[in-house]
Amino acid sequence: MKLAEKGCKVKLISVTKCKRSHSVCAQGGINAAMNTKGEDDSPIIHAYDTIKGGDFLADQPPVLEMCLAAPSIIRMMERFGCPFNRTPEGLLDFRRFGGTLYNRTAFCGASTGQQLLYALDEQVRRYEAKGLVEKFEHHEFMRLVLDEEGIARGIIMLDHFTMKLDVLKADAVVVGTGGPGLIFKKSTNSTFCTGAANGRLFKQGMRYANGEFIQIHPTAIPGEDKLRLISESTRGEGGRVWVYGDSSKSIQTSDGKMIPCGKTGEPWYFFEELYPAFGNLVPRDIGAREILKICALGLGIDGQSQVYLDVSHLAEEKKHKLESVLGIYRKFTGDDPRKVPMKIFPAVHYSMGGAWVDWPAADDVDRWTRYRQMTNIPGCFNVGESEFQYHGANRLGANSLLSCIFGGLVAGVEIPRYVDNLATSYSQMPSRMYSEAVAKEEAFKHDLLTRNGSENVYLLHDELAEIMVRDVTVVRNNEDLKQAIESIKKIRDRYQRIKLGDTNNTLNQTLIFAAQFDAMIELALVMAKGALLRDEHRGAHFKAAFPKRDDVNWLKTTIATFNSGKDEPEINYRPVDVRYHKPILRDYATAKKIQPTLENVPANIPLPI
Amino acid sequence: MSKTFILKIYRGIPGKQFWEEFELTLRPFLNVISALMEIQRCPINCKKEKVAPVIYESGCLEEVCGSCSMLINGRPRQACTALIEPLLKAAGSGVLTLAPLSKFPLIRDLHVHRQGMFENLKKVHAWIDAEDSYDRGFGPRISQNMQETMYALSTCMTCGCCSEACPQVNADSAFMGPAPISQVRLFNMHPVGKLQAEPRTHALMEEGGISECGNAQNCVAVCPKEIPLTESIAVMGREVTRQAMRDLFSLPDVDNR
Repeated sequence: MKLAEKGCKVKLISVTKCKRSHSVCAQGGINAAMNTKGEDDSPIIHAYDTIKGGDFLADQPPVLEMCLAAPSIIRMMERFGCPFNRTPEGLLDFRRFGGTLYNRTAFCGASTGQQLLYALDEQVRRYEAKGLVEKFEHHEFMRLVLDEEGIARGIIMLDHFTMKLDVLKADAVVVGTGGPGLIFKKSTNSTFCTGAANGRLFKQGMRYANGEFIQIHPTAIPGEDKLRLISESTRGEGGRVWVYGDSSKSIQTSDGKMIPCGKTGEPWYFFEELYPAFGNLVPRDIGAREILKICALGLGIDGQSQVYLDVSHLAEEKKHKLESVLGIYRKFTGDDPRKVPMKIFPAVHYSMGGAWVDWPAADDVDRWTRYRQMTNIPGCFNVGESEFQYHGANRLGANSLLSCIFGGLVAGVEIPRYVDNLATSYSQMPSRMYSEAVAKEEAFKHDLLTRNGSENVYLLHDELAEIMVRDVTVVRNNEDLKQAIESIKKIRDRYQRIKLGDTNNTLNQTLIFAAQFDAMIELALVMAKGALLRDEHRGAHFKAAFPKRDDVNWLKTTIATFNSGKDEPEINYRPVDVRYHKPILRDYATAKKIQPTLENVPANIPLPI
Repeated sequence: MSKTFILKIYRGIPGKQFWEEFELTLRPFLNVISALMEIQRCPINCKKEKVAPVIYESGCLEEVCGSCSMLINGRPRQACTALIEPLLKAAGSGVLTLAPLSKFPLIRDLHVHRQGMFENLKKVHAWIDAEDSYDRGFGPRISQNMQETMYALSTCMTCGCCSEACPQVNADSAFMGPAPISQVRLFNMHPVGKLQAEPRTHALMEEGGISECGNAQNCVAVCPKEIPLTESIAVMGREVTRQAMRDLFSLPDVDNR
């Protein structure tokens, strides 16, 4: 949208109709510190909450600017007709969300992602009708075309319907392909969230950052085909998590005391007891770990891996606000959450890690010779969940929709400047460069179609997912991670000996998936290896053997680079930019509303909106 | 001994479609998507032949994206929320039939191409004409009542179930179907959107527009988001008449908006 607004001609490639993108699944809301409830909220506090929520792993300048821009972004979305919930006075309504004590989450019922995406999709359609945007839906990005200097000059894409490969020449490429949930097979992600685009870019030399930081959302409905998200907003509106207590068992609080697990036979609201200040709205990594601990103690409902999330006690008006989420629970389990508590369990949800992208800060000397949201591949930009920048080691609820829109606006402003400064355009590139890239993809396609082994790529996927969920999610240890890496390599080996059960050349989903699986394996190795090497506990990354955060050795961003000569990714590190606030203890048991001070904040930061 | 059921699927490519049956184990809360995923892993039909996996479109698996529309026991709906056990019970049968939507061009098996619906959204200017993306301050106040109505209309996923069920949407007609009509209502009721109500309303007055609705009321019966489609069509029907009057007398302030 922003590119078209600035006069660029845009070609938009998507594996599905843009309107069906995974963003529609976001339920709870979008954050902006607009202080409409007289709480003395401000973007500075929002930035502080985000930096602390991310356990101080995020570079701070992009976080600050995102929070500064957030109020404008909300007003922009309102301008596009997004039907935000209103107060009785007709003003925008805001609610509370995880990891903060302030009401700063704007929302549309309990399906905010759907309405935000639709509003942006409508604006893009408006530009499409004007001829500034051309859509290639049901097409998939397969490879970047790089010139001799390694600059991106276009892509090779696959038409899903005809299975034909085609060239799209361009002066810049932006990737916004979301998360890699399908690597874990079952997650809250949509079925096309494979991470394959990032995996392919990784193999072409794009650096991938903080891959080991995978967010496990505490509350999802267990299911065979998917783990369906129950929004944090259920807790924001007053929903309570509980299990039946058992006073014969005990659990450690965050300050080291041992307390009994509630009273036997009575509801035990464990978040409220263990974290008096944030209660049920502790950040997600803490929530997921606590629930797993409770179930490991044998306190799960019916002895299974599930706890109760109860909204049955809420006022009718609050239940109404949550209707679409409660409806999901009802549709898929047959139980009515208005009357009985919901049974939930943590699920793989979001990747804080992603493509490393640049962020020259507003007061950096070389601000105008570098480009924000650009990967290490010149001309290749990355935005949204598929990049790493805003959430550090753990993402706060309702910050993802914000970071996607902010990153998109930033890229929409940086790219025209990049294109203007390009010495040569794609039209001056030799056509041989493009035909060679197509040939590489044709060869890979032919290879997959003619592999004649005995392995089934779908069953290999099941095996990969089992390893990832067991060893690379909530609780990690080095022995298991080492084993996991070796097992993933074995799967990569066996993948060479698959046989596709479908060689048709119309919409061949087996071939499409087999091609994606190649890239998914590489990202799985990036995640597992990053997790193996990082010996500390930070945000979503937890190892029982290293239960504390270690800023002395580990206040750094993990950078993974592909090396075709090695069978594992190369891992290096970059220091974290903590220029506004030094890392402090990340405590949610006793936090009070404070006025944090951010130092070194430049005056007059120009925002992309 | 676990109970099984038959999934009978109308599959193939245009001009070469055929029925194929798969026997699967019935489990509680099994939905059609899970069944199709199972076939993907082990595509052996009832004749014990190994076949190509069934092709189908899917996305969110929780009925917010509109990807998995198909005919299930003859009725258009989303496959992700189609729980198999209750459907079998309701039909009193151990066989569940799946077929692709018939009103859209078939690509393969259960995957059709619904591009036509998006073309219609362009035709009716289904957007707010915001000239740019800058922060121009807060918009006008909107009452909670208004927001509730707009929100309900905004949940349309362009899934195609309404068009599939509508008898007026067929190969012999240009009718745009119920969904774009309801979207016009949404954008025309928005305090800023209504400034551009005229071009949207005019789009409904052309060939393929609202006059081709035959009031079958199938649409509202199958909409997975329970959008009040017939109410929208009624509202727009009245609007179109008022617009025709305005056009006749060329007075934009006749019958003040």
